[in-house]
Amino acid sequence: MSALLLPDVLASAHTTLAADGVIDFNTDRLFSSFWSLTVDGLTYGAIYALIAVGYTLVYGVLRLINFAHSEIFMLGMFGQYAVLWALGFVPRGDVYSEGTALTVMYLLIAMIGGMVVSGGAAVGLERVAYRPLRRRGAPSLTFLITAIGASFVLQEFVHFVLPKLTGGNFGGTTAQQPIRLVQETTVFTVFGADVSNVDIVVVVAALVLAFLVDRFVNATKFGRGIRAVAQDPVTATLMGVSRERVIMLTFLLGGLLAGAAAMLYCLKIPNGIIYSGGFILGIKAFAAAVLGGIGNLRGALLGGLLLGVMELYGQALFGTEWRDVVAFVVLVLVLLFRPTGILGESLGRARA
Amino acid sequence: MTTTTRTPATANGRPYHGVGDRFRLWWDAQARPTQWLIGIPFIVFVALLPVLRISVLTTVGTDFGSVMAQFGMIALVAIGLNVVVGQAGLLDLGYVGFYAIGAYTVALLTSPDSPWNLTDQWLSQRWAWLFCVPIAIAITAISGLLLGSPTLRLRGDYLAIVTLGFGEIVRLLADNLTTITGGGQGLKKVAYPRVGVSEQHPDGVFSAGNSNPPWNSGLWWFWLSIVLIIVVLLVVGNLERSRVGRAWVAIREDEDAAEIMGVPTFKFKLWAFVIGAGIGGLSGALYAGQVQFVVPTNFNVVNSMFFLCAVVLGGQGNKLGVILGAFVIVYLPNFFLGRTDLFGIPIDGDTIASYKYLFFGLALIVLMIFRPQGLLPARQKLLAYSRQLYQAARRAALAGDGGARRTPAVADGPVDGPEGPEPKEGGER
Repeated sequence: MSALLLPDVLASAHTTLAADGVIDFNTDRLFSSFWSLTVDGLTYGAIYALIAVGYTLVYGVLRLINFAHSEIFMLGMFGQYAVLWALGFVPRGDVYSEGTALTVMYLLIAMIGGMVVSGGAAVGLERVAYRPLRRRGAPSLTFLITAIGASFVLQEFVHFVLPKLTGGNFGGTTAQQPIRLVQETTVFTVFGADVSNVDIVVVVAALVLAFLVDRFVNATKFGRGIRAVAQDPVTATLMGVSRERVIMLTFLLGGLLAGAAAMLYCLKIPNGIIYSGGFILGIKAFAAAVLGGIGNLRGALLGGLLLGVMELYGQALFGTEWRDVVAFVVLVLVLLFRPTGILGESLGRARA
Repeated sequence: MTTTTRTPATANGRPYHGVGDRFRLWWDAQARPTQWLIGIPFIVFVALLPVLRISVLTTVGTDFGSVMAQFGMIALVAIGLNVVVGQAGLLDLGYVGFYAIGAYTVALLTSPDSPWNLTDQWLSQRWAWLFCVPIAIAITAISGLLLGSPTLRLRGDYLAIVTLGFGEIVRLLADNLTTITGGGQGLKKVAYPRVGVSEQHPDGVFSAGNSNPPWNSGLWWFWLSIVLIIVVLLVVGNLERSRVGRAWVAIREDEDAAEIMGVPTFKFKLWAFVIGAGIGGLSGALYAGQVQFVVPTNFNVVNSMFFLCAVVLGGQGNKLGVILGAFVIVYLPNFFLGRTDLFGIPIDGDTIASYKYLFFGLALIVLMIFRPQGLLPARQKLLAYSRQLYQAARRAALAGDGGARRTPAVADGPVDGPEGPEPKEGGER
């Protein structure tokens, strides 16, 4: 996960830590760089939140942990990369400078590309792997095992098959060479913490998307269908809601957001595009969903931001290499003490 | 896994039995000594496979002996995981954590790189491995208890994710505590049993230096693992037939119903976890001794999925099934490795072998749709007085109607016809 390491804030501290390598408890570092940790944590948290929405929606409707959602995200990273490639960008050492307007447009196109790939993959996965199981009325553990299988298949597809199909341009054992459109520069400082343009773009884009999804689920006819199925599938079917269509829509929605998150993530970590790059992120996003209350849309957002921030505080406290451990420990503790999360499981609660 | 698949009934209303079920009925009706009489030659045959080296079966790219040794290890893991997943119905995605704890216990106590190395002071290299195995089992079982006692209150999916987190935490700990575990460099020169030291084998037959096929170290480790598998199977089999095993079945099929019927579900789930963990630790100790080198990367989550694949593929809940599953997942990739033609058809074996996770993933998806019970499914069967009953059933089936009622154990039981006491097909997972 070296790609996820915080670039500058902890660089000096990291070297001393790597030297002795035991857990230390550095409160000074936490307090001295508290605000910059918060800013970075919110950026990562926004990405977690977008992925977490996918887990939460599917869980709310199907009571299924879509374990392969991390791979949907990973496909989104490759999707947006391929779109940038198709637009004529090639990986190179320095950053492209296309001017603000053009850059925004290219990024939007890349985001849409990632969303299409992820959304399509999510719907396809539902069709191929989950629908036959639902027809057979399989128990939930069967779904989970299928999801693990699908996760393997998607990873190995990108690992081995994709490079063959694309002449070695995409996929394979190593990470993609980064295509960078945006130079990360400080825009302003808050309490001594640098806020970069990438941080702003990621957080704002995530908030806008989260708001749109929230409106979609809470204020449209489709959203009412989703909530109805989440609340009571049988009654919803009796009332004329097509369960199959709602499920497809749910997977599509989750996939679209994962694709958008993939673009934002690549903006933050340009060299994170690798076949195994989704796995840890997926688990963290799931942890975020559980933290906020799985099945609850706003919970996913809250959980994502909280997890992102906590992870970085923990990283400052214990050392960079403990970052993932902090995330997992948070997950375990939340499940132990409040399995329904902070805001509770409430996708099905009717409000419209 | 609580779906109930009904036996397809034949025209005359009698339940249909496939070859497998007929074999099972025949096998269950045999007396213990007869079973051993048939079983032992079979086990000996399997044990001698690396020596016989039948050309159709032997692997090309890697030494067949070491492939079989790996199979023995994974089979042990699968048996342990089967206790948790198959018998008690608790999906554990972090089982590799226990495997890692077992391996690291042995490595930490015997590797010269470790700060807790005992072999310098009072523990002789000769016995160090054997001495550490029970410690490894105990420590892993305790870690199972520590993980299980808070988390086993969770159900199904949540438990799966928490255990996944546990597996990752163990690996990250091994990676990060560099002063103790050596971090990414790992621990080298782990002790192994020094047996059969001679001119030819200065370090004993279990040493990795003993690489002359067929009597190489792989073969010896394979034999050792066969012995351990038999011991573990006896223990697990007896547990299965005891109160504990019946409680596991009840929990697996319906936890709420089991609780209401007075089964202390938490206690028995914890038992399953601890016993499964102990077996995982044993296998990890075997691994550490065999490879004599442990690094964190060998214990990532993908391996957990790999173990789960063995259990699901073979048939959850069926001890022999999961051994078959372990054989398939270890043997098949190695079968293709280095092979350039198969029955005259030219193939690129190395590529096929490198795609193994792709194929296992596909296999999992397809299996879950078409045969969720695995290759050798578990069948619900009587756990007490079974032999008498199966014998009676078989006699009855052979002699026609009426034979079953003469046995007293049967007369009071739920037997109303010759097909009554046969193993029921329903309710397997």
